[in-house]
Amino acid sequence: MTDRPIKVLIAKPGLDGHDRGAKVLARGLRDEGFEVVYTGLRQTPEMVTTAALQEDVDVVGLSILSGAHMTLVPRVCRLLQETGLTDVMVVIGGIIPDVDADELRSIGVAGIFGPGTTIAEVAEFLRANVRARD
Amino acid sequence: MSTSSAPATGVAGADPAARARVLTDAATNGDRRALARLLTAVENRTPIAEAALRVLYPKAGRAHIVGITGAPGAGKSTLVAVLIAEARRAGRAVGVVAVDPSSPITGGALLGDRVRMQAHAADADVFIRSMASRGHAGGLAATSAAAAAVLDACDFDLVLIETVGTGQSEVEVAAAADTTVVLEAPEMGDEIQAIKAGLLEVADIVVVNKGDRPGAQRTASQLRAMLVAVARVGAADRGHHGATEGSVVPPSILTTRGRPRPKQPEVLITTATSGDGIPELLAALNRHRGLGREGPGAAARLARAQAQVWSILAERTRASLAESHRRAGTTAILQAVADHELDPFAAADRLLATLRE
Ligand SMILES: Nc1nc2c(ncn2[C@@H]2O[C@H](COP(=O)(O)OP(=O)(O)O)[C@@H](O)[C@H]2O)c(=O)[nH]1
Ligand SMILES: [Mg+2]
Repeated sequence: MTDRPIKVLIAKPGLDGHDRGAKVLARGLRDEGFEVVYTGLRQTPEMVTTAALQEDVDVVGLSILSGAHMTLVPRVCRLLQETGLTDVMVVIGGIIPDVDADELRSIGVAGIFGPGTTIAEVAEFLRANVRARD
Repeated sequence: MSTSSAPATGVAGADPAARARVLTDAATNGDRRALARLLTAVENRTPIAEAALRVLYPKAGRAHIVGITGAPGAGKSTLVAVLIAEARRAGRAVGVVAVDPSSPITGGALLGDRVRMQAHAADADVFIRSMASRGHAGGLAATSAAAAAVLDACDFDLVLIETVGTGQSEVEVAAAADTTVVLEAPEMGDEIQAIKAGLLEVADIVVVNKGDRPGAQRTASQLRAMLVAVARVGAADRGHHGATEGSVVPPSILTTRGRPRPKQPEVLITTATSGDGIPELLAALNRHRGLGREGPGAAARLARAQAQVWSILAERTRASLAESHRRAGTTAILQAVADHELDPFAAADRLLATLRE
């Protein structure tokens, strides 16, 4: 169906203690017309991958503030690949230095949103870049 | 809504029956990704879903389908999580369909039930799927029944459907289950009381959750008292619908009320956060399932069949009336109703007549 809303998983991997930002994003994307599955704090890459698979999402959004992005994000990307979820888009939010951003893009991260990115910008990016699938 | 739509499907032109066959073969052989894809097709009501259900429906019918409904915050998702654990200890594979409302304005939805169930993510015999209600009135019960049938055909022996008990269509979802559990929490306030009676009418089992909170016992006693009154009202109601059999009773009424309820549902107390009362709840579910093939079980299956067939019938009727050679005639009749030149009943009769031509 062409009017199927885009389905997004918002997860917070790693040991960050709070998920205020992730929740604000989840609610914001809902208000932008997305179907948002929220999985909460302290998600392992395995949990994120299983949720993405079962929910059959178009996008996995990872919110990482702990600075552990260079260990967590590649593991999620690799697990998604290994599980066959090659058509799922991965985007991340957090404070990501430019050098790291380049490397993350090279392993398949489609979008990186730093502090100050508005929800409308994220929404626009997803609408423009989510790929067609059956 | 169109602002956040996924792009048109890439291989939609491919033969849906062939694609469905690939997915159903894989899904029934344990491929979870194929199962997830099938559930998406069901949600989107695509031709693949139709072709897949033709294959899967005959394989389904063995699972125990349990609806869990109640006010937001009553503890439904937390309860589902501990119920999964209890059923897993008994060696049963568990499928979950967790429905949350879509915004009627943006079409968006926040699906947050999964947060409480993520502990089961690593278990291959647990499959959790969130679904937005997407405002297809009446059709939500049909969609979730179809999703349950897919999980059933893929050997999930217990299928739990969580819905928020605030809208008629959400209540219908729960009512189309084999066993309907209505969750209450102690002292939930007056506005909740107002929806209670309607919810209780569809309950096979009533659970007072948050048993660790003060007032749980009192709430349970109050509910037991209320349920006697509801049983009486329910009986009067059914008499009324019985009398109007064959007239313009909408399917929603048939599916939620055309079903005998136990005179007095069991009232149990649970504490979902600690697991207290959960073995007793699973035992009560099993007892109700055992009532099985005739009685409430048979009526529930009939209600589910109705929800699905009625919804497909309505969709097909609409589609036929919109076919190119009928569209002008259909539009003219609708316009006549809009202009008060024709009453809606006469219009419906005429439209049905055009289908027979
Ligand atoms: N004290 C107490 N809190 C509970 C219990 N069950 C759930 N909760 C809490 O109630 C809140 C809502 O729970 P949730 O399962 O999301 O409710 P739902 O909206 O009905 O699905 C959460 O904070 C839970 O931790 C319980 O048995 N006792
Ligand atoms: Mg819930």
